[in-house]
Amino acid sequence: MFLSLSGIRKQFGDHVAVHSFDLDAAEGEFVSFLGPSGCGKTTTLRMIAGFELPDAGSIRIAGEEIGRVPANRRNVGMVFQSYALFPNMSVADNIAFGLKMRKVPAAERKARVAELLELIHLPQSGGKYPYELSGGMQQRVALARALAIRPRVLLLDEPLSALDAKIRLSLRQEIRAIQRQLGITTVYVTHDQEEALSLSDRIVVMSQGRIEQTGTPSEIYNAPATEFVARFVGTLNLLPATVTDAASGRVRIAGRELRAASAVEAPSGSSATVALRPEAIVIGDGGSEANRLDGSVSDVTFLGSIVRIRVRVEGVDAVVALDTFNNPHEAPPRIGDHLRLAFPPEALLVLPHAPDAGPVAGDESLAPA
Amino acid sequence: MTAAVTAPRRRRRWGSPWAWLIFLLGVSYFVIPLIATIEFSLRAAYKDPVTGEFIRPSLAAYELVLKDPKFVGGLLTSFRIALITIAVSLLLLVPTAYWVRLKVPRARPVVELITLMPFVIPPVVLVFGLIRIYAPPPLAFLNSTFGTEAVLVGAYVVLSFPYMYRAVDTGLSTIDLRTLTEAAQSLGAGWPRVLWSVIFPNLRGALLSGAFLTLAIVMGEYTIASFMGTKTFGPYLSLLGQNKAYEPAAGSIISFAITWAAMFAIVIIGRANRGRTQPAGAP
Ligand SMILES: Nc1ncnc2c1ncn2[C@@H]1O[C@H](COP(=O)(O)OP(=O)(O)OP(=O)(O)O)[C@@H](O)[C@H]1O
Ligand SMILES: [Mg+2]
Repeated sequence: MFLSLSGIRKQFGDHVAVHSFDLDAAEGEFVSFLGPSGCGKTTTLRMIAGFELPDAGSIRIAGEEIGRVPANRRNVGMVFQSYALFPNMSVADNIAFGLKMRKVPAAERKARVAELLELIHLPQSGGKYPYELSGGMQQRVALARALAIRPRVLLLDEPLSALDAKIRLSLRQEIRAIQRQLGITTVYVTHDQEEALSLSDRIVVMSQGRIEQTGTPSEIYNAPATEFVARFVGTLNLLPATVTDAASGRVRIAGRELRAASAVEAPSGSSATVALRPEAIVIGDGGSEANRLDGSVSDVTFLGSIVRIRVRVEGVDAVVALDTFNNPHEAPPRIGDHLRLAFPPEALLVLPHAPDAGPVAGDESLAPA
Repeated sequence: MTAAVTAPRRRRRWGSPWAWLIFLLGVSYFVIPLIATIEFSLRAAYKDPVTGEFIRPSLAAYELVLKDPKFVGGLLTSFRIALITIAVSLLLLVPTAYWVRLKVPRARPVVELITLMPFVIPPVVLVFGLIRIYAPPPLAFLNSTFGTEAVLVGAYVVLSFPYMYRAVDTGLSTIDLRTLTEAAQSLGAGWPRVLWSVIFPNLRGALLSGAFLTLAIVMGEYTIASFMGTKTFGPYLSLLGQNKAYEPAAGSIISFAITWAAMFAIVIIGRANRGRTQPAGAP
């Protein structure tokens, strides 16, 4: 493995910011750290960069242990949320800074700067100063500056958070394109699930200094390992349930027996949380194998091609959101309408119950973006 | 618009009459002695070499002062010592203030208190301490001119602490110290490089104001210099005051003019470089 963290731990006073962090990233892989504020993403990234020393564990790049190597000798590129361009230097000087530190001859430096300005689509801006550039441009320069030294690993800490939505989207694609083109191993920190899902080869979902799940975007999205992941990735409806028959994957919700596609890990009789993907739910009776729930419409949101309907499920204090395609010949249901919802067993995920789980479905933050 | 609406607006624009009164009082407090000194310095009579007549007002006092090699020498010595003091003070305080902010922010109040020591310990006490230590062997630095000047620079560096530290610290507070440092480090810069290439250049304005205050202090310092017997500007002016009437006034005005010139030079240098530094508040 190219970048390998094992058993990394970091404590500030008596607060453990990162518990025991393991990650193996292949060369050229794009890995995201995803999690809520304060979960330890930045701290982990800073340990890779060398700005914090881990209390335990080892960090290796290409087999070489770098846990105790000073930051300025790690050859790791870093991009910050606040851009952190040197205000006293021109764009070209910013990009050339790392090369100067490496005593690269002036002519070579100039050529490399020109090459990078080309790469970030700012070929004419070498003579400008950071304050003359927009935020998006500054961040591209910061990216070029980090890449100029041909780092072994590129680290980005919420690089798009300070930008407005439109630029965020285009720059995100640009970052990914450049990363693919250079084949550089990249760790990207974000608290935006959409960003992580769309960019990454692999996502590490973190919570309170621990890894909740590591997997590809589709694994994280389709098969969340824990309730936290299901909740945070945020596209799932969560319902409280009781496991009735673990072996055959049967659970009870609001007095109805529902079936999952496979056996349930939790023991029979225990309580669990059931996750439903909004795009798997249909209105009506569904097929003969389908699970069914009844409820009344609590909200209808017209989103253009998609209409999102929220349904309060009878017998449980939970709201289920489902997406239907807009049909110009048919009016969407109205608030208060009674609906029957159906979904196949494969769409039903049973998650081990977390006792401290807060409100389940119907939570705004859980709605698909 | 009614008068009731416009009146408060106008007042806000021009300030209240009381504010103006106090402002004018303040200005007169500084300007009247200055004008009086100028007027007095012009009373020295100029003796026409042809007619033998005495002419006043004249610039005779200025001519005498400027022709006096001791005046020019004192001024140059003070200026030289001031420049060395500024350099030493910057080299000492910029890394210190930087390190304290970055690594031991909890120690900031302590360091701040230490830099205020010159306000607590009067120069007379300081100079007696210095003479006690550096006059007798084994540390008899005060026996040589070079040694004396070195001790004097040391004392002035201490005197400059309150102004210089505050200027530097304020300057540091306007830049994102930690992130800029880390950006430079990740690009391969060691501590000296970070300080020299990233921190110093972005503190230009703050360093200039600290340097100016230090210059002003050193140029006018009397107590320490006179007890140590160095021939700087302050003791010279005082000596002049004991023996002559009009010349000390002229000397004061000249030194005042030089100080102001230095201040304007700093403002102009600061302006010229403004385009190269980030405006405050930019991300
Ligand atoms: N230098 C420090 N001293 C003390 N505590 C710290 C320090 N750095 C981080 N922490 C704490 O460690 C925890 C993790 O912080 P970290 O910055 O890694 O979170 P994060 O996941 O990056 O969050 P965010 O999305 O807000 O940036 C937080 O509780 C934070 O308060
Ligand atoms: Mg962070």
